[in-house]
Amino acid sequence: MSIVPDIFPVGDSAATISLGNRIDESLNGKIMAMQQWLSTHPFPGLLDCIPAYSSLTIIYDPIQVRPVAGHSSTIFEWVKQQLANAFGQTNVNRETGSTFHRVPVCYEGTYAPDLPALALEKQLDVSAVIDLHTSRTYRVFMIGFLPGFSYLGTIDERIAVGRKAQPVMVAPGSVGIAGIQTGIYPLASPGGWQIIGRTPLKLFDPYASSPVLFRTGDQVRFYPITPIEFEEY
Amino acid sequence: MSLTVIKPGLLDTIQDTGRFGFSSTGIAPGGAMDLYAARIANMLSGNCSREALLEIHFPGPQIFFEQNALISITGADFTPMLNDEALPLWKPVVVRKNSILHFNGLRNGARCYLAVHGGICIKKWLNSYSTNLKAGAGGLEGRKLEKDDELAFRESSIYFAGLLREGRDYQVLKWRVDADKTYQFPHEIYFTMGHEWKELTENSCHDLLQNNFIIHPFSDRMGYRLKGVPLQRSTDTELVSTGVSFGTMQLLPDGQLIVLMADHQTTGGYPRIGHVVNAHLPKLAQLRPSDTIQFKMVDMHTAEELLFSQQRELAILERACLDHLNELAC
Repeated sequence: MSIVPDIFPVGDSAATISLGNRIDESLNGKIMAMQQWLSTHPFPGLLDCIPAYSSLTIIYDPIQVRPVAGHSSTIFEWVKQQLANAFGQTNVNRETGSTFHRVPVCYEGTYAPDLPALALEKQLDVSAVIDLHTSRTYRVFMIGFLPGFSYLGTIDERIAVGRKAQPVMVAPGSVGIAGIQTGIYPLASPGGWQIIGRTPLKLFDPYASSPVLFRTGDQVRFYPITPIEFEEY
Repeated sequence: MSLTVIKPGLLDTIQDTGRFGFSSTGIAPGGAMDLYAARIANMLSGNCSREALLEIHFPGPQIFFEQNALISITGADFTPMLNDEALPLWKPVVVRKNSILHFNGLRNGARCYLAVHGGICIKKWLNSYSTNLKAGAGGLEGRKLEKDDELAFRESSIYFAGLLREGRDYQVLKWRVDADKTYQFPHEIYFTMGHEWKELTENSCHDLLQNNFIIHPFSDRMGYRLKGVPLQRSTDTELVSTGVSFGTMQLLPDGQLIVLMADHQTTGGYPRIGHVVNAHLPKLAQLRPSDTIQFKMVDMHTAEELLFSQQRELAILERACLDHLNELAC
């Protein structure tokens, strides 16, 4: 695979390295490898990393970078070189430490407000939608939007649907679909994804030793539970 | 050593300079909207510039000081009053115990900062004091301040009672900060080019640079929605989500812009037209709904130099404040 990275500024204290505008496991693996490399080879002033589907954005403090930036024309030019190094120093196939999570989901009644309409739109039985949603192991491509909101993919094209035109309030634990992505709302929030179920798992707990349950690169598999199992979980 | 909220304001939260290192879990840095004013409030009251302080929106709170305290108020002018007397902004002030601070009227700006010498004693969440309202964590129980909240501050080595003249409720100390330069031309906001700038039609590039934009009422710590000439892209390619930052100007599907502010989401999928330069974020943070913005594009070198010159000024100030305070310590 030959990728030509695009490195560009995101204002005067952030920069992105993008490997293409698409949802792709190998690109995402490379993004994770670069993030890992930067966390073991941080430069002075590197504050934060935001891995996404096919890009890695870093936040830096130009004041702290300045003393090490030497004769670069701008701080960004020097940071750009660091991202190019991270790209050059990493291998796409070296992924470590991914965890497998089995996630219970109740696909019934009020837990699944948008499931009947989705089934109708896709001309499938509700049970077929559930089968398709639970038949794959998904990758956590990225975490964003809300604390702990995981973008999982990719789902079967037969159950892929667009977002709602207007966001509505969504309960914590809601499992949604948007395009070929599926995801879980960790907190109550306005959201535009089609909600097909809900998990009793707590995905975000601010005072736990690691507040967010999933990490980028983890594997997730859903399994159906009944409303009673949900209540008793 | 504490202060008590007698009556809460519209939105008073504990903030600092932000929580970095957790964006990969969807937890954004947050922190003070106007980092310049927040840092200076801390410096004037003899704190490290990363100390916890209050960010106050109008209408502001009523605060009771149980002990003598050295405080400083910076940022927006909400006409701060101690008992019945007006307090100055951008100056260190010693206030007498049993005094009440309140805010009498909105003169200018959108948020002010109240720092107390010794800092506010609360526990950090993920290395920061900042309140993350969405996560319900950080600051005081992850929420805005409410009636009867009591905030302790640390013991001081300075004998404040000796600085207060008899019969007076407060004493303004002799040093001050001139913040005019940072906030001059308040409506002129510089930005650097965003990755999707080149996708704007020629007319839209021109429109963005030549027209005023108005801050929409649906604007808050998460983002400022702007109202102006609708802008158009010459492509309709959808973007997969990528990281965004404080100041990112995103183009919404209806052609309007939103500028991401301190409590922004970590990632976004809207086209990035530009990024407000760091040196102008304090100005932007002090604009309110219905204020206008004129955008001006600058190159990276200019953006960085503006930030460095602001930083030089802050560094000089920090030293000067410490020198003054050392003279007071017993």
